[in-house]
Amino acid sequence: MMMNNVQAVNDALMYEMGRDPTVMMMGEDVGREGGVFRATTGLQQKYGKARVVDTPLSENGIVGTAVGLALNGMKPVAEIQFSGFVFAAYDQLISHASRMRQRSMGRYHVPMVVRMPFGGGVRALEHHSESDETIYTQIPGLKVVAACTPTDMKGLLISAIRDPDPIIFLEHIRLYRAFREEVPEGEFTLPIGKARVALQGNDLTILAWGAMVNVSLEAAKQLQKEGINAEVIDLRTLKPLDKEAVLNSVKRTGRVVIVEEAHRISGFGSDLGAIIAEDAMLYLKAPIIRVSGYDIRFPLYKLEDEYLPDPHRVAVAAKEVMNF
Amino acid sequence: MIDDKYLYRLEKGETFHILDQDGSANELDPKLPPDVLLKIYRMMVQARAFDEKALKLQRAGRMGTYPPLSGQEAVQIGSAFALDKSDWMVPSYREAGAMMVKGVPMKLQYMLWMGNDWGNRIPDGVNCLPVSIPVGSQTLHATGMAWAANVRKEKNAFLCYFGDGATSRGDFHESLNFAGVFQVPAVFLCSNNGFAISTPVVLQTHAETIAQKAIAYGIRGYRLDGMDVLASYVLAKDALDRAKKGEGPTLIEALCYRFGPHTTADNPDLYREKEEVERIKKEKDPIARFRNYLVKRKLWDDQKEKALIEEIDRLVDAAAKEAEKAPVPTFEDLVRNVFAETPPYLEDELNYFKKVSGGGKP
Ligand SMILES: Cc1ncc(C[n+]2csc(CCOP(=O)(O)OP(=O)(O)O)c2C)c(N)n1
Repeated sequence: MMMNNVQAVNDALMYEMGRDPTVMMMGEDVGREGGVFRATTGLQQKYGKARVVDTPLSENGIVGTAVGLALNGMKPVAEIQFSGFVFAAYDQLISHASRMRQRSMGRYHVPMVVRMPFGGGVRALEHHSESDETIYTQIPGLKVVAACTPTDMKGLLISAIRDPDPIIFLEHIRLYRAFREEVPEGEFTLPIGKARVALQGNDLTILAWGAMVNVSLEAAKQLQKEGINAEVIDLRTLKPLDKEAVLNSVKRTGRVVIVEEAHRISGFGSDLGAIIAEDAMLYLKAPIIRVSGYDIRFPLYKLEDEYLPDPHRVAVAAKEVMNF
Repeated sequence: MIDDKYLYRLEKGETFHILDQDGSANELDPKLPPDVLLKIYRMMVQARAFDEKALKLQRAGRMGTYPPLSGQEAVQIGSAFALDKSDWMVPSYREAGAMMVKGVPMKLQYMLWMGNDWGNRIPDGVNCLPVSIPVGSQTLHATGMAWAANVRKEKNAFLCYFGDGATSRGDFHESLNFAGVFQVPAVFLCSNNGFAISTPVVLQTHAETIAQKAIAYGIRGYRLDGMDVLASYVLAKDALDRAKKGEGPTLIEALCYRFGPHTTADNPDLYREKEEVERIKKEKDPIARFRNYLVKRKLWDDQKEKALIEEIDRLVDAAAKEAEKAPVPTFEDLVRNVFAETPPYLEDELNYFKKVSGGGKP
């Protein structure tokens, strides 16, 4: 069926809740209203108020009780309305969700998913455009997924729900309704921890996730006109990272541009750069370049285009590594 | 000083009010001088006009997401009038009316919702924080600021606004707890408009009222008719006066209703009956209620009303136009405001920005 990302998320939840009675959906406005992005539309009508729950307005409450629900036999899927509001729940993510398995030495585990919209580019309010994926990837015991296409959204979300460990499932706001594609109906999963080659090329490797995949593809189109064939890799999962896919591509092209929407300092891109420097140093023909957000607070929307990496900036960086 | 019989107790949940819908006042009427009453009325009308204009601007694509306040004019304007100039206001994102009373120009507030960062630059001398978008987070700042006033022996009071949804967050409970323990001069004003986006207040708390939560923190709690501007003024004034006298914090739950959507991005038809909204608008409009009072006191008539509306429409239009023309910060302005002194790495980022964007638009 043709679907956009919101519909793909909805389809994944519908399917998995139908298959597994322990799956629960919870969050602010997810029930009656179907969520502010309508990703949970129709779920409460189908599965009832006990399993699709409008919670009180408390991110810490949502995540903390989800830990408890997961500890006692449920598989909660918690929605954080916008990722910019998850910070009050950090204690629960860091101190409990992520470490329950290790600190109980395998006795307890927390099979939960925290879904959250992230990223900018839709003229949103303050705190509605953050990309703070690095803060999640720093937490041992959390997996971090940041899918881009409707097919990946569906396949990875179902896998995330079935995964026995806590997963942060990031959904880019700008991609929710950006495009549609044919998505497999019914049972369909994709492995967590596997990247996707979004575009094949031999001259350089562009690494991206979320909306930056599309920005990179756009840049690749421009570069093609100048005779440069970029390979674009959509990481899909930041943690665990598909190191093999990254290194295979980098070893072949010898040139790397990393594109991320997040702030530059200590961004996930820094990690990618370090991994490549450690494991593929002798294959590199040019320094690795990062294109990123800046180390300022995400501006209100009149200036958001200046903050966000765009195809032009990616192309400039690509030419720099080509001409080194 | 307000009689203790109005203090919220579990067994008697009356609502503090002064005006009936027909404009008759009970014995608590503060009998404010006519010029003050007319100023209050004027600001209520202005808040409504500001709001309606914002909705139009948003629909025309000239403004981003905006959180409308119509229906909440009484609680906002009444309470804000109770503040002295040296008192502080700590608003949520829905307090445009209260903020204009405090002295934040309409133009700035439009600029903010038009995505212009300069809109958050509160003018010097206006004791008001910028709007807080994360729900309820500002309650802790109010407590901290009020605590500082105690430490510094300043006789200011602090008025903090938030919604019913905010009362579910730890921040709210922590702020009341600290406020009680340290007996700070803060007033916490919850505008309970019945909903947090689509979530009704019964899914926010199983308690009968929000006011009663004050009991757990050992502070005063009141339930206010938030559609009654005189009651909002009197109760806020009383709480602020007590705060300044060192009698500690107060929680006020103001019952009100928002006539419009949660924000312009919302579709209230998914969770509210249109008929209910129309009925409440007709029966409980806080502006109509206060106008009835002014007419009864022979301070107001149709002619004055017409002249006021025309004048305010002009002011609001002018504010919107100026906001649209107002300069937007440069990228450098943003960079320079991250720290007091810009560190080298940000200088590098600024130079890079200039290189890739030709020094301005990319
Ligand atoms: C911490 C946090 N979580 C979620 C949101 C998204 N959100 C914005 S307003 C809102 C509802 C707030 O309701 P309430 O506190 O009753 O205030 P009202 O908007 O009704 O004035 C929500 C969930 C937010 N801004 N901040």
